[in-house]
Amino acid sequence: MSDTDTPNADGDEIATETLPLDAWHRVHGGRMVEFAGYHMPVQYEGIMAEHLWVRESAGLFDVSHMGQLVFRAEGRVDVVAALEALLPADIAGLGEGKQRYSLLLAEDGGILDDLMVTRLPLVHPFAALAEEGVSEPTGWSPLDGDTPDIDSPQFYMVVNGATKIDDIAHLLEFLPDGIAINHLEDQALLALQGPKAVDAMARLVPGVADLVFMTAGAFDWNGVPLWISRSGYTGEDGFEISVPAEHVEALADALTAQDEVKPIGLGARDSLRLEAGLPLYGHDLDPATTPVQADLGFALSKRRREAGDFMGATRILAERAAGAETKRVGLLIEGRQPVREGAAVVDSAGGEVGRVTSGGFAPSVGAAIAMAYVPTALAAPGTTIQLSQRGKVHHATVTAMPFIPHRYVRAGGK
Amino acid sequence: MSRYFTEDHEWVDVDGDIGTVGISEYAQEQLGDIVFVDVPDEGKELTKGDEAAVVESVKAASDVYSPVSGTVIEANASLGDTPGLVNEDPEGDGWFYKLTLADPDELSELMDEIAYQAFVAKL
Repeated sequence: MSDTDTPNADGDEIATETLPLDAWHRVHGGRMVEFAGYHMPVQYEGIMAEHLWVRESAGLFDVSHMGQLVFRAEGRVDVVAALEALLPADIAGLGEGKQRYSLLLAEDGGILDDLMVTRLPLVHPFAALAEEGVSEPTGWSPLDGDTPDIDSPQFYMVVNGATKIDDIAHLLEFLPDGIAINHLEDQALLALQGPKAVDAMARLVPGVADLVFMTAGAFDWNGVPLWISRSGYTGEDGFEISVPAEHVEALADALTAQDEVKPIGLGARDSLRLEAGLPLYGHDLDPATTPVQADLGFALSKRRREAGDFMGATRILAERAAGAETKRVGLLIEGRQPVREGAAVVDSAGGEVGRVTSGGFAPSVGAAIAMAYVPTALAAPGTTIQLSQRGKVHHATVTAMPFIPHRYVRAGGK
Repeated sequence: MSRYFTEDHEWVDVDGDIGTVGISEYAQEQLGDIVFVDVPDEGKELTKGDEAAVVESVKAASDVYSPVSGTVIEANASLGDTPGLVNEDPEGDGWFYKLTLADPDELSELMDEIAYQAFVAKL
């Protein structure tokens, strides 16, 4: 018997690193694998049980491999304009504590990464870190002679772990002089996800229940400064918590000490996000795909589309007007056998016309599901298509995503 | 009845010239939740080492190699609806297929239970 798929094979050039919760994961029975250059838990008690637990209660995920960046002006530079030159989001219209999904785009419109960006309030936990020099930019220095412009807006960005170094290189190349990037390498990042996440989180940090989906704020937990957003990657309600690395074990202990909360590994994180229809960078998105092909048009704000002044705009706007040749869609697979990343979408003659980019058994759907890029003519929900995997043909139906309804707690009512 | 194991974690029980094939407790533990098993058709001729079945867990697909040569006489029909049997009882009700042995001498190349347990202990 042997594995024919090798999941989690990203980033293998450098020695695998350990994250602040490494020992904690091992004590809690985490089965460790290499992912994005780090040792990370793929599962504890089992992917299926963990997945279902998150959908009915609350799960704690360690996502400290992700890159946490803070942007601020070192001189009289407009941070908003600088970020808008690289991202298609309406950064100017982003209020303090408001979070937005965006994309780092290449000049040809390809997707370099997907990310979350938040405008920080004037008082936030990362300000002290920057002033203390705890996490000065790695590999570069703020400009000499300029002092921070304290009135300048500051932004917090979370990027993917496997791409964070390339992202920083891209940002350094294209951001104007006078923008400092702090890579918060001494901050861990946890996600608490599930319908009971708010109960567990609010017991430790009163006040978090006032956050709504895609908002964030500074909180205090026993004297430990936390930056908490109401967001996540499972389709469930929940929180993402940035915490100083030296306090992350205590916070993970306090969260999992509550009856609602169990630790959850990367395996269930992947099946949960797949059911939620959320793309995974490096699989469903990459530099060869554009936001239009990826069906992420919502990330292109109206004002920015009309101005056409972000990197990659020329190609992306032309493609948006003319229609992309291929589109990312959801697939419901006939039968129980998973059809996974790399399987071909084939026409009636067996010719390859598209590709599956993520796929697996969906525990909450009770069926095999997938994401694939298909010709736009085949992208309408209800279209039946054929897939080929290891010489076997599978039938599938294009399905609107998410596969499981999102249960976010939005502004204006529960 | 004797049970033999491969280094790839298949087992075969031998009763006369009939062999019953499955995967070991160690293998199911490593795979995690099994969601699909593709078993060979009756009448299929297998040579030792052939890809005989596919077992899919939530996270990956794995090939199951035939531990011996022979002709498939029965596949475990229960696995179609309840692939989780392989997790619950991998060395019993979670068997994959039965075959008539083509060459009983092949068994001498496999490990017995004691040798297999020693092999797994070193992994």
